[in-house]
Amino acid sequence: MNLKALAYQLRKDTVDIICAGKAGHIGGDMSVMEILVELYFKQMNISPENMGDKNRDLFIMSKGHSMEAYYAVLAEKGFLDKEEILQGFSKFGSKFIGHPNNKLPGIEMNSGSLGHGLPVCVGMAKAGKMDHRDYRVYVVMGDGELAEGSVWEGVMAAHQYGLDNLCAVVDRNRLQISGNTEDVMGHDDLHERFRSFGWHVIDVADGNDIDELDAAFEEAKTVKGKPTVLIANTVKGKGSSVMENKASWHHKVPTEAEYQTIMQDLEAAKEALEAWEK
Amino acid sequence: MGKIADKQMICEVLMEAAKEDKDIVALCSDSRGSGSFTAFAESYPEQFVEVGIAEQNLVSIAAGLAKCGKKAYAVSPACFLSTRSYEQCKVDVAYSNTNVKLIGISGGVSYGALGMSHHSAQDIAALSAIPNMRVYLPSDHLQTRELIRALLKDEKPAYIRVGRNAVDPVYEDGQVPFELDKATVVREGTNVALIACGEMVKPAKDAAELLEKEGICASVLDMYCLKPLDREAVIRAAGNARAVITVEEHAPAGGLGSMVSQTVAAVCPKKVWNLTLPDAPVITGTSGEVFDYYGLNAEGIAAKAREILA
Repeated sequence: MNLKALAYQLRKDTVDIICAGKAGHIGGDMSVMEILVELYFKQMNISPENMGDKNRDLFIMSKGHSMEAYYAVLAEKGFLDKEEILQGFSKFGSKFIGHPNNKLPGIEMNSGSLGHGLPVCVGMAKAGKMDHRDYRVYVVMGDGELAEGSVWEGVMAAHQYGLDNLCAVVDRNRLQISGNTEDVMGHDDLHERFRSFGWHVIDVADGNDIDELDAAFEEAKTVKGKPTVLIANTVKGKGSSVMENKASWHHKVPTEAEYQTIMQDLEAAKEALEAWEK
Repeated sequence: MGKIADKQMICEVLMEAAKEDKDIVALCSDSRGSGSFTAFAESYPEQFVEVGIAEQNLVSIAAGLAKCGKKAYAVSPACFLSTRSYEQCKVDVAYSNTNVKLIGISGGVSYGALGMSHHSAQDIAALSAIPNMRVYLPSDHLQTRELIRALLKDEKPAYIRVGRNAVDPVYEDGQVPFELDKATVVREGTNVALIACGEMVKPAKDAAELLEKEGICASVLDMYCLKPLDREAVIRAAGNARAVITVEEHAPAGGLGSMVSQTVAAVCPKKVWNLTLPDAPVITGTSGEVFDYYGLNAEGIAAKAREILA
C-alpha cells in the first residue's frame, strides 16, 4: 500500500482504537497522521530491530494526546500488536494508556504534559553532536502547545547549540479544545516567530499531503548550522466531514451512526489514493 | 583537608570522574559560578552545557542527553530546580527514568536575606512525592564525596540538595562511614534519638555532646537518604529511646519529620518532635542567624531534649 493510502488505513485503525477504548483525541489524531506516516515509513531510521542502535533516529510525540494515531503507526511498524491495543486501550490495568509511555517498545520518552518534547529533543540532538553521531531527532508538537513557555526555552537553546540534526514539526490544525488557536492564544506570524529565534522555517501548505511533507523533510536535511521547523498546515479531524475542522471533535468518541459515516469516508479516500504511485 | 562547600566537593568528584568517563556531562543554568562549577566548565568544555536562566529547559535537556547515554548532572539553585522545574523532574526524569542527577545548590535558607523566592524549604516534600525519585541531603563535604561517588555508579534519577556555605564537617577525613541508602549512626544513645539531615546533623551531634555532660544520653542518626528513607535505622533509633527529635532545614510539612513520624507511629509508637523551619517566610538574616532564631542549633535541640525528658 502506498503511503497516502496507508495514512487512511491507519486513520481507520485509529478510529477503531478510539471506539474500542471509548476515549481518544480523535481530531488531532486525524490531523497528524500523514506527518507520522512520512516519518515512520520514509524518513526515520527506526525499526523494532534497531532500537538498541545508538545511531538510530529519535522521535518524540510531544503532542502526546494524539496517542491513538501513534498506536496505529507503531502497530503498523511492528512495534506493537494491533489486536492487543484494541483489547486493552484505556481499560482497567492496561499498559495502553492515553499518552506515550516508554515502557512500551518503540516509545523513547513519556510525554503528555505539553511543552516537554522539544526541550528533551534539544538534549538528544546535543548528545548527537557531542558524540559525532549522524542520527536525526524529530519532534511533533501541536499548535495549541506552542503557548507553553518551555517550548520557547527549547527553541532558543536549539539555535544557540546550532542543532541542524533537530527537526520540529508543528501540526498546525488551528483548533484546540476551546476553539480557534488564534482566539485562544494567537501565534500571529508563526513563521516569523521561529525565524526570529534563528530557525530555518519550512511552510508545508498542505500538511496532510505526503508529497509536500516529503519535500520539506528532505529540505530540512540539507540545512546546516541551525534547526528546522516544518509548519504543517493540517486539518483537524481530517478524512471525514463528520469531524473536519470541528473543535468539538478534539476529544470525542463517534456514535455508531457517526462511526459508519467516518469509516465509509476514510475507506473511499483510501481507495481513491491507492491508485497513486510514488 | 580543610572545610569546603559541598557543591565544590561535587565539582571535584565529577571532574575526577570526567577525566576517564566522557559520558559525564554537567549542565548549569547561569549557575556555574554559584554552583562552584566554573572549574568543570573550563576543564571539560566538551562535557559542559550552559542552558542560561531556564531551569525547565535545564532539566529537559539533561533528560534528553541522558536518554542518549550521557550521565547528566544538572546543577542549579535548589529553589528553582525543585519547584520551577518540578514537572520536568516528574515527567522527563523520574517517569521516563532517565539518568539525571539533579544537584540543588544553595539549598534551604542558604541564600539568607535574599528571601523566600530563593529559599528551598519545600524540596524534600516535593521531590520525595515523585515515584522513582531519590532524595539526598548530605551532612558535610566528606559525606558528599562518598555520596556522589556512589551515585556515579548507578543510572537512576536522584535529587541531591547541598548548602551554599562551607560548614564544619561532621566526619573526619578518612573516617566516613557510608553505605548508600543506609543512614549513618553518628553516635549511639538511649534517652533520646536525634534524627537529622543535611546541615542539621552537625548541630544535632553538638547537642548530643552538650546533653552528655548533663547525663542525658542521645543517639544521633544522619538520615542523609530521605528517599528511600532508611526505615530500619529509624525504628532502631526510636526503639532504643524514650522519644525522638527530628531536625531539618525544611518546612514542617512533608520533610524528614513527617517521614520519621509516619514510620515511628506505624511501627514503634512514641512521641516524635519535629524541629523545622516555620510554615512561613523565614526571618531576614544569614542562614546561621535564621537557624539560631528558630532553635535549629545545638542549644535549641538540647533544650527540646531536656524539656521532653523532664
